[in-house]
Amino acid sequence: MSDTRELILEAKHVTKRYPASGGRTLTACRDVSLNFYRGKTLGIVGESGCGKSTFLRMVASLEKPDEGEILYRGQDLARLKGEKLRQHRQKIQMVFQDPAAAFSPKMKVMDIICEPLLNFKRIKRSEKEAAARKFLEMVELPGEFALRYPHHMSGGQRQRIGIARALTLEPELILCDEATSSLDVSVQKTIIELLVKLQREKQIAYGFVCHDVALVQSLAHQVAVMYLGSVMEILPGDQAASGCVHPYTKALIGSVFDLHMDFQKPIESMDDEAPSPFDMPPGCPFQSRCPQCMEICRRERPALKEIGEGHLAACHLTAQGETE
Amino acid sequence: MEKLKRFVRKNPAFTVFFLLALCVIGAAVFAPALVTHDPYEAVLADAVQPPGPEHWFGTDRMGRDLFSRVIYGARTSLSASLALVCIIMTAGTILGILAGWFGGILDAVIMRISDMMISFPGMVLALAVAGILGASMKNAVLAIAVVSWTKYARLARSLVLKIRERDYIAAARVTGSRTSHILWSYLLPNVLPTILITGATDIGSMMMEIAALSFLGFGAQAPTAEWGLMLNEGRAYMTAAPWLMVFPGLAIFITVVVFNLLGDSLRDVLDPREERQEPGLGRKENE
Repeated sequence: MSDTRELILEAKHVTKRYPASGGRTLTACRDVSLNFYRGKTLGIVGESGCGKSTFLRMVASLEKPDEGEILYRGQDLARLKGEKLRQHRQKIQMVFQDPAAAFSPKMKVMDIICEPLLNFKRIKRSEKEAAARKFLEMVELPGEFALRYPHHMSGGQRQRIGIARALTLEPELILCDEATSSLDVSVQKTIIELLVKLQREKQIAYGFVCHDVALVQSLAHQVAVMYLGSVMEILPGDQAASGCVHPYTKALIGSVFDLHMDFQKPIESMDDEAPSPFDMPPGCPFQSRCPQCMEICRRERPALKEIGEGHLAACHLTAQGETE
Repeated sequence: MEKLKRFVRKNPAFTVFFLLALCVIGAAVFAPALVTHDPYEAVLADAVQPPGPEHWFGTDRMGRDLFSRVIYGARTSLSASLALVCIIMTAGTILGILAGWFGGILDAVIMRISDMMISFPGMVLALAVAGILGASMKNAVLAIAVVSWTKYARLARSLVLKIRERDYIAAARVTGSRTSHILWSYLLPNVLPTILITGATDIGSMMMEIAALSFLGFGAQAPTAEWGLMLNEGRAYMTAAPWLMVFPGLAIFITVVVFNLLGDSLRDVLDPREERQEPGLGRKENE
């Protein structure tokens, strides 16, 4: 990976387990190592339940990892407490999945947008409306929305409010937890365009979690593919479709429908359900659904290995190719 | 003014009961102007007279005017039950929110204490507490408060548990809100409507409990004009002078009914579900 990029946040071997009923544990994230660079977008894709949202919540300091560490400019986030943690929160903001649930129903748009600013005493109470108008314009909404309630707005407008709230503290990193998945496709596009425009202007890093591979390809500089809590492949965004080597990534990309696809070809679907995240078998997490499953896959868990410029994969197939 | 009219038209039941409750409260506040006699002036020559033009509700065995005493009784009973409801509402809500938000040991301690309170018959425990503290109105209020705050704590806790995992609470944390700010601006407004409704419905039953304690001799002491105590004083003369029990009893009955109905209609006004806005109101077209 080129070192010219400025590293903001580094997750190292992060593992998160949740206790479940019957004394079992659910491993939501297993040994996840990902980096966020200034002004770049890291897309995280995978099907639901693969731990991508859990990972984001740990980066946002809403949860603590059980193992591993998340370093923000060299500082371990798990050790931050109280006022220090609060001050740190200015650097990392989050846009939530469901714009209907992300705002208190009792607050006006103005109060929602200005709350972060008031929390850190960046503005006075009297300057609230002016500040709200400024940020509404930044996300291309009319200033008079400041006096409305979010439940009087459409989904796309609400998500813009969510983005405005995340922008107010001028963070270095904005985490988007499926920020567009609850929106119409046409609205999705405008929101993505807005995010890209803001990134260019302010050099914000994004952590963009999504299950739509096609969407992630279009805006991510780097794509991480997760499956059952593990990172299967990390690849440069522009190569996501062409350069992927991991069978799971191929399957994901193959599942994208588009206008130009050849409908004569049979649509290949994965047969089995994903195995339960409770009792993970030894070996590769993808073994039960992998069309190219080998003997070694059942025994040994493949490690994430660099196989090209900015391209890592956790698969015995590629490792084999190297040794041969 | 226009707003008030619309509110009245929308909530006729609440308006009626609110006015009735105001009458009861007014009777308590303006008692000195309403009464015909001094409620504490004993004229032994006039003892146990039936209701008549001179003494509207009759007189008790000390010759005190019963009408004046019933009106003054509203002062004691109302102020005591309002104070009681305020105490248990505040204490219960605060403890419940803290238990729900912080969880862990704090939650365990608060909720186990509340379990203990619930597993006793409330009135018996209140009797014990009042007995230990000594018989007075203040102690009666305290004794009932000790056993009744749990309802509010459980209610507040369950409401907090319901909303603490919502995205907007997570958002408030990510944007750097202090815990006190989250408790005050996010949790309290969500909890308050339900708590207020419960409180309003509780005024009546709390009044009954206070009257009951007074009736048993643990609350107000003679010669205080208090409905429960007056019932007890009239008990000995029930057959000879039924008015001694009928009028204080009626006063309790009417007040309790009025406040219960007020609480019920307040539910319709404050119902949290009502806050879901009418769809389409001011909604803009999709982008």
